Amino acid sequence: MGPTLPLFPEQASTMAGRVDALYFYLLAVSGFFAALIALLVIVFAIKYRRRSETELPRGVEGSLKLEVAWSVIPLAIALSFFFWGAKLFFAMNRPPNDALEVYVVGKQWMWKVQHADGQREINELHVPVGRAVRLTMTSEDVIHDFFVPAFRMKKDVLPGRYTTAWFEASKPGRYHLFCAQYCGTKHSAMIGWVHAMEPADYQAWLSGGVASESLAAAGAKLFQRHACNTCHRPDSLARGPNLEGLFGKMVQLSDGRTLIADESYIRESILTPNAKIVMGFQPIMPTFQGLVSEEELLQLVAYVKSLSKPSPAPGPAPATGVSSMPPVHRAAPPPKEKGK
Amino acid sequence: MSAAVHEPEPQEPRVNYLNATYGIRSWLLTRDHKRIALLYLASITFFFFLGGFFALLIRLELLTPQGDLVQAETYNKLFTMHGVVMIFFFLIPSIPAVLGNFLIPMMIGAKDLAFPRLNLLSWYIYIVGAFFTLWAVVHGGVDTGWTFYTPYSTATSNSQVITTAVGIFITGFSSILTGLNFIVTIHTMRAPGMTWFRLPLFVWSHYATSLIFVLGTPVIAVTVLMVFVERVLHLGLFDPALGGDPILFQHLFWFYSHPAVYIMILPAMGVISEVVTTFSRKNIFGYRIMAYAVISIAVLGFLVWGHHMFVSGQSVYAGMIFSILSFFVAIPSAVKVFNWTATMYKGSISYRTPMLYAFGFIGLFTIGGLTGLFLATLGVNVHVHDTYFIIAHFHYIMVGGAIMGYLGGIHYWWPKISGKLYPEAWARFAALVVFIGFNLTFFPQFILGYLGMPRRYHAYPPEFQVLNVMSTAGASILGAGYIIPMIYLVWSMRYGRNAPANPWGSTGLEWKTTSPPPTDNFAEPPVMTEDPYLYSREEVEIVG
Repeated sequence: MGPTLPLFPEQASTMAGRVDALYFYLLAVSGFFAALIALLVIVFAIKYRRRSETELPRGVEGSLKLEVAWSVIPLAIALSFFFWGAKLFFAMNRPPNDALEVYVVGKQWMWKVQHADGQREINELHVPVGRAVRLTMTSEDVIHDFFVPAFRMKKDVLPGRYTTAWFEASKPGRYHLFCAQYCGTKHSAMIGWVHAMEPADYQAWLSGGVASESLAAAGAKLFQRHACNTCHRPDSLARGPNLEGLFGKMVQLSDGRTLIADESYIRESILTPNAKIVMGFQPIMPTFQGLVSEEELLQLVAYVKSLSKPSPAPGPAPATGVSSMPPVHRAAPPPKEKGK
Repeated sequence: MSAAVHEPEPQEPRVNYLNATYGIRSWLLTRDHKRIALLYLASITFFFFLGGFFALLIRLELLTPQGDLVQAETYNKLFTMHGVVMIFFFLIPSIPAVLGNFLIPMMIGAKDLAFPRLNLLSWYIYIVGAFFTLWAVVHGGVDTGWTFYTPYSTATSNSQVITTAVGIFITGFSSILTGLNFIVTIHTMRAPGMTWFRLPLFVWSHYATSLIFVLGTPVIAVTVLMVFVERVLHLGLFDPALGGDPILFQHLFWFYSHPAVYIMILPAMGVISEVVTTFSRKNIFGYRIMAYAVISIAVLGFLVWGHHMFVSGQSVYAGMIFSILSFFVAIPSAVKVFNWTATMYKGSISYRTPMLYAFGFIGLFTIGGLTGLFLATLGVNVHVHDTYFIIAHFHYIMVGGAIMGYLGGIHYWWPKISGKLYPEAWARFAALVVFIGFNLTFFPQFILGYLGMPRRYHAYPPEFQVLNVMSTAGASILGAGYIIPMIYLVWSMRYGRNAPANPWGSTGLEWKTTSPPPTDNFAEPPVMTEDPYLYSREEVEIVG
């Protein structure tokens, strides 16, 4: 294979064309101004070149009008960059609701991927074209960054918290996956491939895999194995908040704050339960730090999320069975709100 | 005072700051700002070539896609040490500590800086910091990147993080003391008649730079101290495994390190203002606007650090605020470019070497500044962040801008500093080589970056090779372009023709005294009676 000289990256996601459009606008404006300055410098340098050693040109007073013009016009153009860029950035940070969920754990120096249906991959990610994919990512050690140039998407992957990103592949193919945040010795080997597949091929890939059970089902097993269900139950014996329908809802904390129950909140509540206590409960939950891995945490998160889906959770049902108790019950025990 | 006519005669040998006293002690214990400037010149030149050597090895490794010349670990140390050495030990002190030190007292008509002993102490502190860093280089190096991101730097890396951090911490105090010295000097030691709006723009830009030295450097000192403490005592400031926040480090680090970019570029802007006026024989277009512009760049520069963190997980709204503020800081920079260009309008433009560097600066800084807009644009930043696009962008600012300004300044004031003329033909040739080599090195990196090649990659996919080969070829040309001036400048110290007091016919006060100047700078205390850059006494023309 002879040397190739690519000059522009492939466009393989719905976002790629939108990013490139803004990029070309920036290129056009910048090209114009760079050419203008270069031209003026060259023209002045030639036209007003020193013709004799004693030459002494008249002074030129500055002009406020010109100064204002070349401040305001660039500012107006810059603001157009800003608004266009911000609009795009918002779109990049707002995944569609029906996005396919994929969970990513980065560690020195590999990418571990879990699909909602239970498939696992290392340094590979298979996705269907035409369907939004939402990544929930965390790291086991240092900061990494999930970067797919063909999709124009990039997001840091941090230890100790979840970051999310999304894309919708638009063209089948195999695309580079890079770690873009320097992470140590084999940083440049923390690479892989994203395979964007036609939906039918993707289905075939899904069924051909060795997936044992869905992520939520694996999470449900963990939920029982760690006996979470003895406290987190929908009936009156519950000593912890009921998790059914919790995800994405507003939570009232004992210190008066409220927050939305998202992935990071669930993760934090498992690892450092006393950081945020739900109104009406005691800080009695032990930490599970060191007992569950990042990947298992993601399974638990997937399970809790599944409890809020309209369809019942796949896999084993919560041990407590029927969950028809109204939430009023849980507020009933006399709150002893002194701890955190 | 319209000194358009050259003084014809080469000078008689006489007493000046270079030959006033002899012996190593007279240099190492000097309190003369000009000699201290030369001490800095020697030290930063050493670091420039050391950093350049690391760059050369980086470029050689990247000649092929496989990681074959050095091991990954070595490669990571090379780019880390390249960044640390070039930024903390070359670029930050370069123009301020050499040209600023030498020129500020002369430009304002003073005998010396306000605190000559403190000035010498700054250099010693710099040297002590430099020794720690060199010790780290020799004892295995450091591999965290010059950005020291946590938790890699605090928890994982097995390299000389602590020694390097200590070196940077110590050297920071040298910056703080220099900044303090400049601020007090500019406030209190101006000659009679030297009002604030008669100060040369070189002095204004150093005033702005000094503000950043004094206000920003303590933050990086605290930050590296926190890294040090975290590494030794495992306090849990930054490491999430210990309950810390890795993003906090990035906020603290960039709170200094973004303004540090302006520490590197503002003094170069000051040099360009002096060079463009002298070699156009014209007053600067929009003097006050130019002065306000450097101050507003320094102030706004403190408010944009979060634009390094758009994909870090920082909130979307914080990203928006940092994005718009970054566009604001671009405006005064654009205004400066327009004003330099307008200064050439109807001038008498000479193509001496310093002016060639100024042409180069204006072109390259414009490209560097414009590509900064790409990075400030949120939706585009996501794609190009941490790729070669950003490497290209900041090298256009720091090498195309700051180093072109530095070299232009060194040539411009070389007759004053050394009392000798440099060989013009060689110098023009070298300026051309630098310009061509620079563009060949860094322009392909913009393309590489948009293609998606991440920075800090020891090995890369084969389709990126052609552009990398171009970049490496350019780097070798650029390297030659830096070695040529090194040779002829040293040569000129011994064999160069004696320089007249004012070889360029400039109006600056520093040209009113002999070349090289006496230890006390001026035989007679100067008095400033008119505006700076007043070349023509004819009535000025109104444009626009």
